[in-house]
Amino acid sequence: MNILIFSLILLAGAYVAGLLGSLTGLGGGVILIPLLTLVFHVDIRYAIGVALLASIANSSGAATAYIKEGITNIRLGMFLEIATTAGAVGGALLAIFTPVNTIAILLGVVLIFSAAMTIRKKHEHAEQTGSKLSYLLKLNSSYPTPTGEVSYKLKNVAGGFGIMLIAGVLSGLLGIGSGALKVLAMDSTMRIPFKVSTTTSNFMIGVTAAASAVVYLQRGYIDPGMAFPVVLGVLGGAFTGARLLTFINARTLRIIFCAAITFVALEMIYNGLNHQF
Amino acid sequence: MNIFKKMLGDRDIELLIGKQLRTGVVTASCIALLGGIFYLVQQGAASVPDYSHFKGEGAEYTSFRGIFHGVAAGSATEFIQLGVLVLLATPILRIFFSLIAFALEKDRLYVFITTLVLGIILFSMFGGLKI
Repeated sequence: MNILIFSLILLAGAYVAGLLGSLTGLGGGVILIPLLTLVFHVDIRYAIGVALLASIANSSGAATAYIKEGITNIRLGMFLEIATTAGAVGGALLAIFTPVNTIAILLGVVLIFSAAMTIRKKHEHAEQTGSKLSYLLKLNSSYPTPTGEVSYKLKNVAGGFGIMLIAGVLSGLLGIGSGALKVLAMDSTMRIPFKVSTTTSNFMIGVTAAASAVVYLQRGYIDPGMAFPVVLGVLGGAFTGARLLTFINARTLRIIFCAAITFVALEMIYNGLNHQF
Repeated sequence: MNIFKKMLGDRDIELLIGKQLRTGVVTASCIALLGGIFYLVQQGAASVPDYSHFKGEGAEYTSFRGIFHGVAAGSATEFIQLGVLVLLATPILRIFFSLIAFALEKDRLYVFITTLVLGIILFSMFGGLKI
């Protein structure tokens, strides 16, 4: 196969990954790594390098719209980025000492967990009493809904911060945005309305991924020959996905895709256990 | 300071940050696209490098000096890496903007928090963590 054909196939694959990532809410990176390793037989370290780039592109591209609508809680994002960036740097360091097969198995587990998270019941209720820390850190805010501004308050800030630290480590170690864990921290632990937690999580992913990507770039994980089709493909796919989401009901699609992704994740785990990476 | 504050309200800065993020991604994609086209024109017919075994990229793709040197010499792959650099710089630049925003609001707590995040990222960039 020559470079031209390889690049075009990769571009198409990345487009599909971006599309699925956007439709399922999992993000492009998470789907990209199994695609690159299982289908293209790319070494998982190269896959992690370009997946981080895809996460940054996705997050930064989508954030603009959400910020415009005033849903993103920028203070909360900033505060939690202390945890995710510190975790991401730690994760990128940890990656040196972690065997690639262990990374593949972990990725499979996180993938299954993420798929399960996207189909669970969502927390939409806006809490009216916050914890002490939420006032101290000025994290309580409001967001626009079709029926007007709704104000919300946060609970268990310290617990959420702790989960964010883990999300950061996984993000640095596996090269993914780990949006599912971020939403878990905000949604289930700090009791933030779903819309705010997803957009704020998306807002944070770019910074988290950049913190570990600078380490991976210097370590030689990011190859230009793969970087350009992957970044362009994922961005294109995510853009199409966002358009499609406004006029199709994604609920059924989401369940089908999540089931498919669980199979892919099982294959990652199986191959990891058999030392295939 | 007050004039600035009037000109740039809280909301305006948020919108500015949003715009900056999009501009960064669009710029990075355009550079990557251009570099990619050059790369395919020059080397499209060559066979695919072996990606199934990790070797790690050399200094030409992993350091500022290497990347800029290659861009100056007109190399397509370094041009793509320049796009990668722009992409990586986008969220980092966003933190700078947030820092300015919080400083204008005289929100000391968040100036501190933002500086801390920036410090972690800069440490990760220049702390020699590549090993």
